[in-house]
Amino acid sequence: MMNLIFPAMVIISFASAIATGRMAELSAAVVTGGSAAVDLLLTLVAVMCFWGGVMEIAEQSGMTKGLSRLVSPLLRFIFPRLRKEKYILEAISLNVSANMLGLGNAATPLGIESMKRLQEINPDTARASDEMVVFVVMNTAAMRIIPTTVAALRGQYGSAEPMAILLPSLLTSASALAVGLTVARLGCLFKRRAGKKKC
Amino acid sequence: MLSDIAQWVLPLVLSIIFCFSLCKKIKIFDCFVRGAVKGLKTLYGIFPTVVALVIAVTMLRESGATELIASLFSPVASALGIPEEIIPVAMLTPVSGGGSMSLFRDTLEVYGPDSFIGQVASVLMGSTDTTFYAVSIYFGAVSIKKTRHTLVAGLAADFTSLVLSSFFVKLFL
Repeated sequence: MMNLIFPAMVIISFASAIATGRMAELSAAVVTGGSAAVDLLLTLVAVMCFWGGVMEIAEQSGMTKGLSRLVSPLLRFIFPRLRKEKYILEAISLNVSANMLGLGNAATPLGIESMKRLQEINPDTARASDEMVVFVVMNTAAMRIIPTTVAALRGQYGSAEPMAILLPSLLTSASALAVGLTVARLGCLFKRRAGKKKC
Repeated sequence: MLSDIAQWVLPLVLSIIFCFSLCKKIKIFDCFVRGAVKGLKTLYGIFPTVVALVIAVTMLRESGATELIASLFSPVASALGIPEEIIPVAMLTPVSGGGSMSLFRDTLEVYGPDSFIGQVASVLMGSTDTTFYAVSIYFGAVSIKKTRHTLVAGLAADFTSLVLSSFFVKLFL
């Protein structure tokens, strides 16, 4: 998939730079994009180290087990085939909890750890498993309960009620999550049937 | 009020983890270092993916491609009751967290946070995450290139957010 998306993005950029006459900006973007990438990675260095360390502590102390027990009814519903994979569910439950608390920086390294554990039971390591698809889709939707960043920005720009958007945000993100998970599930069913026919 | 509470979340979570681990008599610092090394190794693995994606997104934005695509979608948007001014923000949310955040700031500044457009943009920002970033980082970390229908499902969720944000703002605000 990325083998198509990456060139497509570059070629579309080139074509629209011709159309809009922004070739100079596009040419500069290759350089500025590179430094933007390094900026992002520098932030990630600290984040990955710190939360990698904290996760190790939480795991050694047995905290992750407790947490996964707390979130497990929900996860068992979303990942019915992982019911017995406690080791994986622990990592996923940490990622989900961090997302719900709005700790995006913590959620990413925990999510990567979950992916690595999912990869261990993946029969075809070059191809995403059903659980991986569902897990990543879950992470592309916002799960945070309180949209703090948005509310803070609204306050900064002089909103009378920064938190007024709480209820519509919750309903919107819950529906989006439901749609994403449904499409992910349906896609898995469809692909599996198509695969069986070939055999 | 609620944003004051939000400031407490991170320090509180950390303190709880550390107190609990102290009680369990874990060698906290040793564990931390071990985990941090693992984190570094993971980052090394996703480095190329992040560089590729960030550069490609910057190119898309600077070449004017996002605006071009946005103008293509404006008839569809008006049919769905989505304000046209939202489309650039909606286009950027799946690809770039930083980019959409700066556009969101512009939107708040130009239209005001309590205007219809400002509110729809707020709900949209509060209910989506950067789909491309998540897909590339998570699959990059385990070096999987066949991501199957992940992107389709993620974008379906983003589209739902876009349509419903206008709908729910009209309904509640």
